[in-house]
Amino acid sequence: MDNNPILRVAAKILFAPIIVFGLYVQFHGDYGPGGGFQAGVIIAAAFILHALIFGLEAGRRLVPAWANVAMLALGVIIYGGVGVAGMALDGLFLDYNVLADDPSTGQHIGIILVEFGVGLTVTGVMLALFHAFAGFSESRFDAGGGE
Amino acid sequence: MTLSQIIANLPGLVVAIPLLLAPVVALVPLSSLAWVLAVVGTGLSLICAVLIQGSVTGGASYSYFLGNWPPPWGIEFVVDAASALTVVIMSGLAFIATLFARQGLLAEIAEKDAGMAYAAWLLACGGLSGLVMTGDAFNLFVFLEISALSSVILIALGSGTDRRALVAGYNYLLIGAVGATFYVIGVGFIYAVTGSLNMADLAGRIPDVPQTTAVMVGFGFMMAGILVKAAIFPVHIWLPAAYSFAPSAVSALLAAIATKASLYVLARIMFTVFSGTPDVTAIAVEFVLIPLALGGIFVGTILAIYENDIKKLLAFSSVAQIGYIALAFGVASTAGVAAGFVHIGNHAVIKGGMFLAVGGFAIALGRRIDLDSMVGLGRRMPITTIGFLICGLSLIGLPLTAGFISKLYLVRALIEADMIFIMGLVLFSSALSVAYLWKIVEVLWHKPTVSTPVPETPGLYLPLWMLAIGNIWLGVAPAPLIEAAGRAAMQLVGGM
Repeated sequence: MDNNPILRVAAKILFAPIIVFGLYVQFHGDYGPGGGFQAGVIIAAAFILHALIFGLEAGRRLVPAWANVAMLALGVIIYGGVGVAGMALDGLFLDYNVLADDPSTGQHIGIILVEFGVGLTVTGVMLALFHAFAGFSESRFDAGGGE
Repeated sequence: MTLSQIIANLPGLVVAIPLLLAPVVALVPLSSLAWVLAVVGTGLSLICAVLIQGSVTGGASYSYFLGNWPPPWGIEFVVDAASALTVVIMSGLAFIATLFARQGLLAEIAEKDAGMAYAAWLLACGGLSGLVMTGDAFNLFVFLEISALSSVILIALGSGTDRRALVAGYNYLLIGAVGATFYVIGVGFIYAVTGSLNMADLAGRIPDVPQTTAVMVGFGFMMAGILVKAAIFPVHIWLPAAYSFAPSAVSALLAAIATKASLYVLARIMFTVFSGTPDVTAIAVEFVLIPLALGGIFVGTILAIYENDIKKLLAFSSVAQIGYIALAFGVASTAGVAAGFVHIGNHAVIKGGMFLAVGGFAIALGRRIDLDSMVGLGRRMPITTIGFLICGLSLIGLPLTAGFISKLYLVRALIEADMIFIMGLVLFSSALSVAYLWKIVEVLWHKPTVSTPVPETPGLYLPLWMLAIGNIWLGVAPAPLIEAAGRAAMQLVGGM
C-alpha cells in the first residue's frame, strides 16, 4: 500500500491528530467519559494505521519489540506503584486519599497516574496483538519477539 | 513502610506482591535473576500468608478494604479461618514449586522465554491467592481470568518438548473461558435480583428477595462455572491434557494449587453467598455435587489404572482426588467441610510432590516419559524414587501419612452423616487406587534393567523431599491442619 499517495498523505495527516485525541481522552478521563482503556486503544490505532500504510517493519522501527514489552510491563508497574505508595503513606492498597495532604487532590493524582498506567499497557497490548497477528508466519516463534 | 503498616496491609500484600513482581520479572533479561525474583515473590507471599493465618487462630475474622472503599461498594479481601488456611496451603506449595523451577522449568523451555514464563508463573500465583482472598463476587471473576490466562501461557510453554501442549493450552483456554463466562452470567442474574456484588452482603440479601427462577438460575450458572474451573467430573476434560503436556514444574504448580482455589470458591459460594437459601444448596449438593464427585472418583481412578503416560495417570488421579474433596464439601456438615479442607491441604502436598518427582525423572532422562521409560528407575535414581514413593503411599492413604488422615476424616464425616453406602464406595475406590500406584512401583523396582545410576541434582530432589517430609509430618502430627480445617468449617457452615 506504500505506493498509494492518497493513503500515505492521509495517514501522515491523521497520525498526529489521532494521538492528540487519544491524549485528550486519556487525561480527560477523570472528569468525563474516557480513561486509559479508550485512550490506549485510540493511541494504538494511530500506530497500527502507520504500520498498515508504511509496512510492518516501519511500524517496528517506530515502536521496537523491546519498547513494546517495556510499555506492557511499565503500565502495570505504574498502576501497582500507586497502590504500594498508598500503603507506604499509611493508607491501604490503592488508597488515593493519602497521596496528597488534601484527599480530593490525592484522588486526582491517584486516578491520573492509574489511568496513565492503564493507557500505557493497553497501547502496548494492542500493538503487541497487532504485530503478533500481522507478523504471523511459519517462523512466527522468531518474529516480533516477546509477545 | 513501618511494621504496623505492613501488618495492616498483609491481606493486600499476599496478593499484590506476586502480581506486581510479575511485570518487573518480565523486564529482567537474565533467567537466573528472574527466578530469584520469583522465589522472593512467592516467599514473601508465603510469609504474609503465615502471618495472616497466625492472626486468625483465635477465630477472629476481619476484612481489608481495597482503596479504602468500604463494602458493599468497594472490594474487600476477607480474612477468616477458611481463606487464611487455603492461602497458606497455596502459597506454601507455590513457593516449593518455584524452588524446583530453577532447574525444572529451564530444562524444558527456551532460555529467552524464561523471563516471561516467570512473569506468568507469578501472575498465576497472585491470581489464585486473590481468588481465595476476595470477598467480592465480581472481583472473583477478575482473579479467575488472571489465573486462567497465565495458566494457559504456562501450559503452552510445554510446546518446547511436546507440541501437543499448544492444543492442551488452547483447550483449557476455551473450556476455562466457558466456565468463567458461566460464572459471570450467574453473578449477573444474582446482581439483577439483589443489586449487590459483595459476598457477605449477598448472603444477607438473597433470602430477602422473592425466590424467583432468577435466583435459582444465577446459582446454577455460578456453580456450573466453578465446577468447570475446579475440574469436577464430567467437566474435568481440560485437566488431563493440560497437566500432562505442561512443563513439569508447571504441572506441579497447577496440580498443587490451581484446582484447590476453585474448590475453595465452590465452598464459599455454597456456604457463604447462598447460606440463606439452604433448600437450594441442599438440592445442588444432593443431585449434582455428590453424584458428580462419586463419578469423578471412579472415572478418575479407573482411567488412571489403564493409563500408560505417567503425567496423565497422575492427572486422572487428581480428578479422583478432586472428587473426594467435592464429596467432602457435599456432605455439608461441619465435619464434612473440615474433611474437605484437610484434603485440600494434603492433596496439594501429595500431588505436588508426585509431579515434582516425575519432573525430576523427565529432566534427568532428558525427555518426555511414560511408564515404559521408567523401568528400573528405582535403582538408578533412588533419592527421587523414594520421595515419589512416600507421596504415592500417602496418596492411597497408608497410615502415618497425610493421605490416611484425609481418608479417616472423610470416612468419619460420611458415617456421621449416615452415608454408609457412599462411605463403602470411598473405601472401595481407595482400594482401586492401590492398583495404579502398584503399577508404577512395579515398573520402578521390579523389572530388571540396566542399573547405571542417573545423576540426581539437589535442585530437583530437595523440593520433592520437602513435600515428602511434609506428607509424613502431616500424617504423624496432623493436629494443626485439622484444627485449622475445623475452624474453617465452623466459619463456613457454622454449627450445622
